[in-house]
Amino acid sequence: MAENKSLAKEFSKGLIKENPVLRLVLGTCPTLAVSVSVTNSIGMGIAATLVLVCSNVVISLLRKVIPSKIRIPAYIVVIASFVTIVQMLVKAFVPALNDALGVYLPLIVVNCIILGRAEAFAGKNSVPASFLDGLGMGIGFTFALIVMATIREILGAGTFLDSIDSLTKLFGVTSFTGFTLLKQPIAMLTMAPGGFLVFGLVMAAANRIAEHQGKPKAELSGCAACPMAASCALVKKDEKCETAPAKENEKEESAV
Amino acid sequence: MKLAGIFLTAILTENFILCKFLGICPFLGVSKKLKTAIGMSTAVIFVMALATAVTFPINKYLLEKNGLDYLQTIVFILVIAALVQFVEIVLKKFIPSLYEALGIYLPLITTNCAVLGVVLLNVDNGYNFAESMINSIGGGAGFMVAMIMFAGVRERLEGCDIPKALKGLPITLIAAALVSLSFQGFSGVVDGIFGLFS
Repeated sequence: MAENKSLAKEFSKGLIKENPVLRLVLGTCPTLAVSVSVTNSIGMGIAATLVLVCSNVVISLLRKVIPSKIRIPAYIVVIASFVTIVQMLVKAFVPALNDALGVYLPLIVVNCIILGRAEAFAGKNSVPASFLDGLGMGIGFTFALIVMATIREILGAGTFLDSIDSLTKLFGVTSFTGFTLLKQPIAMLTMAPGGFLVFGLVMAAANRIAEHQGKPKAELSGCAACPMAASCALVKKDEKCETAPAKENEKEESAV
Repeated sequence: MKLAGIFLTAILTENFILCKFLGICPFLGVSKKLKTAIGMSTAVIFVMALATAVTFPINKYLLEKNGLDYLQTIVFILVIAALVQFVEIVLKKFIPSLYEALGIYLPLITTNCAVLGVVLLNVDNGYNFAESMINSIGGGAGFMVAMIMFAGVRERLEGCDIPKALKGLPITLIAAALVSLSFQGFSGVVDGIFGLFS
């Protein structure tokens, strides 16, 4: 019973409490790039979740076989294999999504959520726990993407779920192709500056909510969250990296 | 002319950080001080150029020739990881002064999406060797321009009175939005100068 409870926790923590994008500030590149439309976000979310779950399971299975010194390259090979598989699946079944995501699809390899979870969780925990951790984190990532994309698509393009039929036609549904809501949208929001702006505001909102619940703000944990932290000389040299001093200052302030 | 166009496009209109969202982690993480921003971006230019020089022949003569295109992602990331490790060892042994300056940033760059991104984009765009090299160096230079500009902006942010909810990361992102907005002003500039590219 207690074990079931803790497994449920592994799953649910990724959704809100430790949401990879909004709380751990991981995977910012794909979040900013893909959240132009809800359809792309759902596609990206599913692809990343698939890779995350599969790589978490395999890495967890192999955790006693992989020597710790070469674990990062080993993880990268596992992740890259699954990304290649997902890439081929998307190319074959949803070519429109492949065109929309472009280079960001193969770049799931270097998405720090996936390598980060491999390093922080799957390399140390049992297979079922790693599976649920991957699933939860993947759904949390998708959720954050959809929140961003909803704002950016409705205000920036004036549509909602535009060209969703490229995904739903896999299930035989092609009649629904999304809503048109605004006639004169704020086009800037679908461009690069809009990505940064909306992410900043969503982050501020997430911080505000966390503050209400008495939890610490999401900070860019920078090097600490980076999967390369263990092998990184920037961390070793100063025992802390660029962003660490800021955190210390904050602690001092709160102590005062 | 075409090479100059590619170079300027990579720096200004298709800036890796500000327009393509590649390499956001170091952009937000290492841009607090000008010195580290410069060190990081120099290392990025170096690794991007080297990665392109190595992956281009591998892709052309090994993968494409044997119909193994689908292995690109896996091969490129492994080559980049091995290359970075190799460069680190060589620099440490033979050019310690350069290692001092760049070495600490090298491991971070392995999983930097800008490096894998530039290599994949070169293949996607069907660039030849010279074009690929120029695109990579231009991309790295654009990375540097964005890092240095943003380091300046962040230093100014330090002493500002910011609404409580926006403190920290949110205001950094909003500042990045404004820097990015200014780069949108370059759209069309390269077309205007060279009139060759769409």
